[in-house]
Amino acid sequence: MEKIKTEQLKPTLTKEDFISDQMVKWCPGCGDHAILSAFQKVLPQVGVKKEDVVVVSGIGCSSRFPYYVKSYGFHGIHGRAAALASGIKISNPELMVWMITGDGDSLAIGGNHFIHLLRRNLDINVMLFNNKIYGLTKGQFSPTTPTGHRTKSSPQGTIEHPFNVGELAIGAQGTFFARAVDTNPKMMAEIMLEASRHSGTSLIEIMQNCVIFNDKIHAEFTSRETRDDSQIYLEHGKPMLFGKENDKGIVLRGTRLEVVKLGQEGITIDDILVHDKYQWESGIHVLLATMEPPEYPIAVGVIRSISDFTFDGKMEAIIKEEKEKGKIKCVDDLLNSGKTWEI
Amino acid sequence: MTSKAQKVVELEHVVVRFAGDSGDGMQLTGSLFSDAAAIAGNDFATFPDYPAEIRAPQGTVAGVSGFQIHFGHKEIHTSGDMADVLVAMNPAPLKKNLMWVKPGGTIIVDNDTFIDKQLEKAGYSNNPLEDESLRDYNVIQAPVSTLTKTSVEDLGLDNKMVLKSRNMFALGIMFFIFNRKLSSADEFFEQKFRANPLVVESNKRILRAGYNYAESIEALSSITYKVEPAKLQKGIYRNITGNIATAWGFLAAAEKSGRQLFLGSYPITPASEILQELSKHKSLGVKVLQAEDEIAGIVSTIGASFAGSFAITTTSGPGLSLKSEAIGLAVMTELPIVIVDVQRAGPSTGMPTKSEQSDLMQALYGRNGEAPCIVIAASSSANCFYYAFEASKLAMEHMTPVILLTDGYLANGSEVFKIPKMSDLVEIKPPLAEANDPEYFPYKRDPERLNRKWAVPGTEGLRHRIGGLEKEDIYGHVSHDPENHQIMSEYRYEKVQRVAKYVEPQKVYGPEEGELLVVSWGGTYGVMMEAVQELHKQGKSVSLAHFHYINPLPRNTEEIFSKFKRIIVPELNMGQFVLHLRMHFQKFNFEQYNKVQGLPFMVKELVDKFNQMLEGK
Repeated sequence: MEKIKTEQLKPTLTKEDFISDQMVKWCPGCGDHAILSAFQKVLPQVGVKKEDVVVVSGIGCSSRFPYYVKSYGFHGIHGRAAALASGIKISNPELMVWMITGDGDSLAIGGNHFIHLLRRNLDINVMLFNNKIYGLTKGQFSPTTPTGHRTKSSPQGTIEHPFNVGELAIGAQGTFFARAVDTNPKMMAEIMLEASRHSGTSLIEIMQNCVIFNDKIHAEFTSRETRDDSQIYLEHGKPMLFGKENDKGIVLRGTRLEVVKLGQEGITIDDILVHDKYQWESGIHVLLATMEPPEYPIAVGVIRSISDFTFDGKMEAIIKEEKEKGKIKCVDDLLNSGKTWEI
Repeated sequence: MTSKAQKVVELEHVVVRFAGDSGDGMQLTGSLFSDAAAIAGNDFATFPDYPAEIRAPQGTVAGVSGFQIHFGHKEIHTSGDMADVLVAMNPAPLKKNLMWVKPGGTIIVDNDTFIDKQLEKAGYSNNPLEDESLRDYNVIQAPVSTLTKTSVEDLGLDNKMVLKSRNMFALGIMFFIFNRKLSSADEFFEQKFRANPLVVESNKRILRAGYNYAESIEALSSITYKVEPAKLQKGIYRNITGNIATAWGFLAAAEKSGRQLFLGSYPITPASEILQELSKHKSLGVKVLQAEDEIAGIVSTIGASFAGSFAITTTSGPGLSLKSEAIGLAVMTELPIVIVDVQRAGPSTGMPTKSEQSDLMQALYGRNGEAPCIVIAASSSANCFYYAFEASKLAMEHMTPVILLTDGYLANGSEVFKIPKMSDLVEIKPPLAEANDPEYFPYKRDPERLNRKWAVPGTEGLRHRIGGLEKEDIYGHVSHDPENHQIMSEYRYEKVQRVAKYVEPQKVYGPEEGELLVVSWGGTYGVMMEAVQELHKQGKSVSLAHFHYINPLPRNTEEIFSKFKRIIVPELNMGQFVLHLRMHFQKFNFEQYNKVQGLPFMVKELVDKFNQMLEGK
């Protein structure tokens, strides 16, 4: 799809063009409000006509999203947003499809569809709201809830290993993985715009706060007091620096990443890893995606963005080729093909 | 020897069964024999019978592969009950198939294979050719293996390879017995092995060796059979299986409606051929997603339908179970999709390669909530084409999911199909919403059919949201209003019921009133028809109402039932259609006749049953 018409279309559309007439019913203080607002701001910039935008979701708090966006929208059934989005995109690749989902929707009940969407690399933009809890069913643990975390269905603490979304996505051949936090609308918007321009499945994990059932689950890397030392914004081509004084950095020692301080033990800026989101080999990207406090800062920004063929692109190409060279041009041809006889 | 007097017996119809190991090429032999029947102008129906295992142990009963063809001068409706002629390439196929040979029927065996090791593998303690166990049959022992080798020994081919063509020797024998021309098989060899002229030569010679052998053996040559051409309508014909016919019906519907065809499907026996067939036809613009599971199969279909494709999904019983929730989503969003269930014997994994009619209740009611669907059923391999087309038309014109039921017998069986012209098929006019229509609302309905409009993403001025939550009448916003839910539930029910106004009324074969009405549905049509025709020949009064429309039932159903003293409902299940009928028509007494063996009804058992009823039992 052509995604470079931004400049021509930008003046004609505004955020208001994408606000539906429905009352937003998320809890006050929910992180979803900020995500919705950032998304509505981005849509006028993505370079497609407003009727070519389709927003698809599964089930969960996040999945009410399509009702609030004035576009073509489909609120599906639990876990199946990826399959729904796939059918839409394959059917009409001219559409820009956004899939809104959550940690329960895509990593538990919809895990199968989620990994296969990534593997097929359909040109779909996915926003996975990760609040590490089931909100709509009122507080059971999810596949991303940290081990030992006490919830309504894990009163003694969970006894499961959580998924890391980036590691799972890259393992499933995902070509684009980014992470954002719901407290930084500007960064969210930038990442959404970049995701919309990536050809292939673009996955954005948005660390989103559930104010009712899992409040402050992301506080360590989102709160004003601690975030500078526990969050690193990765930018392509730039050294991986973070911290209040921007003097901490990431280096590769052996096969592990390590956090170092500039000036200590002779560390200079030249020792710090430079982010390459286009690197085909996924090793460093996985290491970056799996960094967690307290040992590491959590990585935000576009971690991986590689170029590979898409399912929908190949499908269109095959159909075009077959239509040109195939002998069967219409159903009458088909019915009369092969062995027939006359009576 | 050609001077010998030859008797040619004319037959109305014949059933031939070819049986061998799964590597013996029985399906090919059968299909070449079918081609010859086609050229001779016979009507016919075929059915392959192969093991569920891909390569079951050679030489054992489990590994036997069979192919049955029923051909005739009369109209043929089934692949036949019992065989008049069995060709058994080894001991195991004989053991497995003897029960399907008519008493007095002909059995042709390759006696070179009736050796100790093979007999033992087949589970014979005695050689059946040497004891009395086959005395009721006309057994022809032919040294097929030996003569196959001899016929091509000067070509210098590898012995193992030559023996693979043993089936062509057997085919040659059958061609002689039934006075067939060799040309169609020759053409096949020339086409198939064009890269290897030696193999063409070898196959042609082996075929002729079989033909000449039959002519020279008195047991075979003294009587040959002739089956006159059937009185078929003028036209162009082809042989077609139910699964291929189903796939083509959808292609035809897509072309007629001007919509792109989308298939989302997960492989499952016995439905996978539809997926494979549609995957071949990308030149017609078909888009196929082989999904990661049954759920993704249907949900991608719903997505494609939302995006404006005519979208279908194909499966069998276990897959239909997995699709239940999503069918509800299609009911709620009122999008056109077709779900094909090629039924097989259940429950659970059941008997995947065996046929049954036991998914009817699941198709009608297997969903949460009040979720009515149109349910229709094909009744022959060839009319799968027309019912796939009809399912598509109903789905698109009434904006609703349609479940199309076929079964393993229809799907894998084949019959003669009169090729239609696309221009002769009826139009399909989906209710597409026009760009910038100020009157458009997502759940505003057509006053007659009650369908909503199909507003396709990408169309200017129609942006809207739908989903699985209950929708407000007309406007389509999420609604939990009690009265609105009542109204919407009634609309969804009534929309499906009104379909009865738009489909053909039910037909009755035979007298319109009388003692006994046979009521059947789906894949049992052929055998019901043959049974009723047999009774008519015996001068009995019995009628047949074979249903294709299950939900809604045809509008004249009650009127038909009211004209008969007794009604019998034979089904290949424990009594599902009969329950449906009892629910709708409580004043009639429906009697049942049920069979769940993974086998079709036999004409004979039905004739016996109906005769008993006519005698007042």
